[in-house]
Amino acid sequence: MSLEVTLITGRTVSQGEAMERGKDLDDYTKAAAVCELDPADMEKIGINEGDTIKVSTGIGEVIVRAVKSRQYPHEGIVFIPMGPWVNSITDMPADSTGMPPFKGIPVKIEQAKGEKVLSSHDLIEKLYLRGNEKGEGVR
Amino acid sequence: MGMILKNGIVFDPMNNVKGEKKDILIENGVIVDKLNERTARVVDVSNKVVMPGGVEIHSHMAGGKVNSGRALRPEDHRGFVMPKTDITRSGSGFSTPTTFMTGYLYSKMGYTTGMTAALPPLMGRHTHEELKDIPMMDKGALTLLGNNWFVMRYLKEGDIEKCAAYVSWLLNAVKGYAVKIVNPGGSEAWGWGKNCRSIDDPVPHFDITPQEIIKGMVEVNERLCLPHSVHLHPNNLGRLGNFETTLQTMKIPNGTKAAGDRQVLQVTHTQFHSYGGDSWKTFESKADAIADVINKSDDIIIDTGFVTLDETTTMTADGPMEFYLSGLTRLKWVNRNIELETSPGITPFVFSKKMPTASIQWAIGLELALLIEDPWKVLLTTDHPNGGPFIRYPRIIAWLMSEKYREKTISEVHKAVNKRSVVPTLDREYDLNEIAVITRAGQAKSLGLDHIKGHLGPGAHADIAVYDIDPANLNPNNYAEIEEKFANTAYTIKDGEIVVKDGEIVKVVDGRTLFVNAKVDPGIEKDVIKDIEYNFKRFYSINLANYPVRKEYLTRPMEIRT
Amino acid sequence: MKKAKGYGRMVTDVVCPFCGTLCDDLEVVVEDNKIKNVRHACRIGSSKFLAMNELKRPNRPMIRKDGSFEEVDMAAAIEECGRILSRSKRPLLYGWSSTGCEAHFVGIELAEELGGVIDSTSSVCHGPSVIAIQDVGYPSATLGDVKNRADLIIYWGANPMHAHPRHLSRYSVFPRGYFRERGQQDRELIVVDVRKTDTAKLANRFVQVRYGEDFELLSALRLVINGKELEADEVAGVSKEDILELADRMKTCQYGTLFFGMGLTQSYGTHRNIDAGISLVRDLNHHTKFSIVAMRGHYNVTGIGEVLTWQTGYPFAVDFSRGYPRYNPGETTANDVLQREEADAALIIASDPVAHFPKKAVEHLARIPMITIGPHMIPTAQLSEVFIPSSISGIEEASTAYRMDTVPLKLRKVIEPPEGIYSDVEILEMILENVRERRVRQMEREKKAGEGR
Repeated sequence: MSLEVTLITGRTVSQGEAMERGKDLDDYTKAAAVCELDPADMEKIGINEGDTIKVSTGIGEVIVRAVKSRQYPHEGIVFIPMGPWVNSITDMPADSTGMPPFKGIPVKIEQAKGEKVLSSHDLIEKLYLRGNEKGEGVR
Repeated sequence: MGMILKNGIVFDPMNNVKGEKKDILIENGVIVDKLNERTARVVDVSNKVVMPGGVEIHSHMAGGKVNSGRALRPEDHRGFVMPKTDITRSGSGFSTPTTFMTGYLYSKMGYTTGMTAALPPLMGRHTHEELKDIPMMDKGALTLLGNNWFVMRYLKEGDIEKCAAYVSWLLNAVKGYAVKIVNPGGSEAWGWGKNCRSIDDPVPHFDITPQEIIKGMVEVNERLCLPHSVHLHPNNLGRLGNFETTLQTMKIPNGTKAAGDRQVLQVTHTQFHSYGGDSWKTFESKADAIADVINKSDDIIIDTGFVTLDETTTMTADGPMEFYLSGLTRLKWVNRNIELETSPGITPFVFSKKMPTASIQWAIGLELALLIEDPWKVLLTTDHPNGGPFIRYPRIIAWLMSEKYREKTISEVHKAVNKRSVVPTLDREYDLNEIAVITRAGQAKSLGLDHIKGHLGPGAHADIAVYDIDPANLNPNNYAEIEEKFANTAYTIKDGEIVVKDGEIVKVVDGRTLFVNAKVDPGIEKDVIKDIEYNFKRFYSINLANYPVRKEYLTRPMEIRT
Repeated sequence: MKKAKGYGRMVTDVVCPFCGTLCDDLEVVVEDNKIKNVRHACRIGSSKFLAMNELKRPNRPMIRKDGSFEEVDMAAAIEECGRILSRSKRPLLYGWSSTGCEAHFVGIELAEELGGVIDSTSSVCHGPSVIAIQDVGYPSATLGDVKNRADLIIYWGANPMHAHPRHLSRYSVFPRGYFRERGQQDRELIVVDVRKTDTAKLANRFVQVRYGEDFELLSALRLVINGKELEADEVAGVSKEDILELADRMKTCQYGTLFFGMGLTQSYGTHRNIDAGISLVRDLNHHTKFSIVAMRGHYNVTGIGEVLTWQTGYPFAVDFSRGYPRYNPGETTANDVLQREEADAALIIASDPVAHFPKKAVEHLARIPMITIGPHMIPTAQLSEVFIPSSISGIEEASTAYRMDTVPLKLRKVIEPPEGIYSDVEILEMILENVRERRVRQMEREKKAGEGR
């Protein structure tokens, strides 16, 4: 079962706090490798708080943890804090402003039971050092 | 090692030297009357004009508002650039040049000192950061005080002494040089979208009038014995029929004694305040009425605020004026209300030769300079960049020196100048001595800097401009040559060092930052500081401890004590 | 500096180096060069100060050798930076928002020396606001002016309770002001957002706009405010009735302020949304007093814009490749330079593009030699050839920063940096010197070769 929704990204107070403590700590993953969903959307595909989910766009996919939004209602919109997780699926700017589309991205959300949420370090290793999804290291 | 500028034709109006062949001796950055000639470097300036370095008295060259103007207009920057060289930094901007470039451009014209026209105290640190990046010149900042809540409250209470103590504290806190008043009361009224349209319009919520602010601040200024007089941008700038407000304003300081050998009031960019008419169709010059008052007054001088017929970026602490102007042009508009202090605005403007208004504005500036008889009472400015950029000074000099050039321009601008100004009937031509007065000596005197600036007598800073003009063969009809020669010096000398040669920067130097430390009664100062502490906490958005600008933001700080 | 009760010393009037709110009333208790306590700061600000004690910070420069980092001395790191940058034909110097203006001065000079592109995080933040301002202007005010006068506060596409936690309490909604003696009771708060954010929960009125239709809603409000008839029954998910009421409220307040954030700049329409917002505020000034303020993110992102502007003429995305400054968003902006795979080296300072840029841009950064300067081992450092740890501006170094409303403040030094750690300014100066020496040597070599011919 999957859900087609609109993704927006941005700052949260927890993400800011954790970022200042250190992006190599667990707190940062807990704060930024999450997807805030409207409770109604969660119900639609049977996602519970804390489930691992796969969020995908034309650019790629990422595994994050689902959390119930405290800032709802926003049915049809999901929120992932700014950070390497969400940016592994965001696209480049195309409108001559230099600004990548960080808000309003069409995404697909699916259950991903058993999948692991990578730490920032491991995510970057995987994407840009050890190899990308084509199986070749970027470097 | 000293330096001798040999065989130049010297124009030093303050010392009554009007075009004499004379050597200028320099040692340790100052002008001296004796020198060991054998070890001195001799620079031959035979048959070239030698003047004190130019002094800019009113130019929006640094600070938050100027920078907003730069950021607002990439179109002003694209076509006017300076690439980096081995000794100079790059830059861009026609009407709002970047900081390094500002220093270079002034220096090429022979200017060595300049006052930035409007420092809002809360933004003082920003102004000084930019001044630090303007090389080649000594500089200072006129400090905005005409809409300040503390000032208005003390003056309303009639407490000149406390107001003086506050002004002294503030100038020292933000390292300002002089008191600037812009649209007194009107810029505070703009906090509510309103304005003060006459000198008797009450300022909303403050129970005081522009007239009372001006009168009080003139008294404060003279009580503190500040080097410069109050520097006033009157109410109603740019409005139809505003010359009457200007005439009323000029009566306000009546009888106040100046603390030094200078005026008690400088009415700034007076061109913008000399308008008659009650519609754009009847818009006309009233420069004659203003000039008449200045001619009769011993207390008031003006600077011109020439219009140079260019596309430019207007900017002033007169917020309501900029809103009004942008409403006429429908061009982009910036406003910057600054808590408790002022409300600057910015909008681009095209002074087109095709426009009757712009053409008459061009004429008004010239009329003021040609109708005011004593050149010490009329200082050359464009209110950069409002009437046009400062790089047009050489062109203005050419207009003033050459009737033929004026005739040519009159033939190009809108024919309205023939009916609604008198400039076509004026045949006065400035001579080089008068040019030296209106571009340096007069400014230095007005600023109270005449002991070190604006002249070439012993003890003066060795800031000197040498122009490749031979006065014996000067023909005012060759106006293009006059403009070209004043745009590029043969030599600019700053503190005794050659910094420009043949119009090229050959050495980059840092100038001084001039600021004032005025003495007040310590008891009253203590009371006032208590009052500042109490109100600052409640109404400002930063802590008092973070307000003052420390000397580390200044280049070669030079304190002027009173 | 006061003596704190019981222990240590207390540094007062400390400016917080986190967000553009630049709170300057922090009190920091220091003992033995350790931060013991921070008063008045928000959660993020406290975290930044207090984390200093726990952080395992790298204390030596590192160079990548055979795929992994090796510690080196400073001279070797600078030499490597000089080598990378001097070889580069189009280096990108990016970041600058979390360091002081003193570092900007050196950085811009370095970019000019190299003929490179210098860009700040504005590029992915309020860059569109800058573009809109260049189109229509910016009727703005300082935050103290808002505090003293405003009776109507609007946050549009901004969630300060998360991004600028003390913004409401210091400047906009809660504080007492000269003309608003009762504080919050004298003001109305309206929040416009796609979600009912934590800021929206505090509002007197929450307007939920449909995603991507801010421009439509702003335009509808302009229409009504300019006296035209609104024909639609609903715009952007907001009913006609609500729009009319909102417009009326805006027109009849005494002094209103519209704060806007990434909800407008990063959503569909980008700079056109801001254009509409600014134009709305301009229209409102024909009826009452209204100002608009961009909620700038990093504590000194405003500062890099100011410094770039007074030194080059442009607020971000400046290209020195022709020897003089050029600016063309969409061409000289960081993501575009990376997207076109033009940059052949990068110097990243006081930011983390590997965490905050889209994947394709990061892929290019991973391919080219990259230098990172900053206090922490961040994702960008992880992909760099050279990483030079630096001290923390505003905690370990005094510096200058500009608040979101361009009020400049002097940041204080609270504690000494760890031994062997240099400031951003010192590191950049060393790199600049190295690059200049290389240029002189190169010129001498060319001269000799020319003589030989």
